[in-house]
Amino acid sequence: MNTGIPIQYFLILATIMFFTGVYGFLTRRNLITILMSVELILNSVNINFLAFNRYLYPNKLEGMFFSLFVIAVAAAEAAVAIAIIINIYRRFTTINVEDVNEMKF
Amino acid sequence: MASNQIMFILFAAMIIVFSVLTVTSRKILRAAVYLLFVLVSTSGLYFMLNYQFLAAVQITIYAGGIVVLIIFSILLTSHISQKFEFSGWKKNVFSAIAAITGAILSIITILDYKFPATTEAAKEVDMRLIGKSLLSVDYDGYVLPFEVISVLLLAAMVAAIVVAKKSGPAKTQSPTLNQE
Repeated sequence: MNTGIPIQYFLILATIMFFTGVYGFLTRRNLITILMSVELILNSVNINFLAFNRYLYPNKLEGMFFSLFVIAVAAAEAAVAIAIIINIYRRFTTINVEDVNEMKF
Repeated sequence: MASNQIMFILFAAMIIVFSVLTVTSRKILRAAVYLLFVLVSTSGLYFMLNYQFLAAVQITIYAGGIVVLIIFSILLTSHISQKFEFSGWKKNVFSAIAAITGAILSIITILDYKFPATTEAAKEVDMRLIGKSLLSVDYDGYVLPFEVISVLLLAAMVAAIVVAKKSGPAKTQSPTLNQE
């Protein structure tokens, strides 16, 4: 199955993916691309959970169910975030975070 | 080199390349499609780890749901041909320094740590076991987070509809809300 692939490879891959997401989160200015960076971060965390579960505790299921719930939370988060983004676009006609600087209207 | 190692290298390369392209692409629709590639490669990794159910969930929810939602909202809010302007050297350089420093620190820690080898037999993760665990109240049961997540999903769907719908005539508080 996964012979010959140490757990460190999975963790390093997830680390690189996580910090790519962090970089995107810091540099992007469009709300949708920020949301996409957050999705990258959540995915890398899921890879971590599954690698730990498979390599260190193969007779348990905690990691699998945790990543299942993370996926559900990510879906809910994407739905609410996109609703908010569409509302912001309707109000400001832009979704650039630097132009959206007014909360009270 | 065994075939599973080749597959892992392929998936890892796809994930790294396409996630970097996702956060650096100047065209937003292309960034969404690169994100789709990343998510599909991640589900390939789940297949390699022998979690077939989770790989299927990943494909259906992420690739089939979230990416489609993101592409819809991109088409609603921006022009396809629109390119982002460059966000400034200072911001890029400092963000890259922060990200690379964090990545190097984490990788050093991972390589330093001695993971204990397990001798336990691997549990076969089939659908029957997943369904029983999700609805069981025993020690290995997950019925409480299952119920919590279902209530959360319901609340999120209601909230999404309420936030995104146009405010109708019933809302007399600020009639000029959407007319700008």
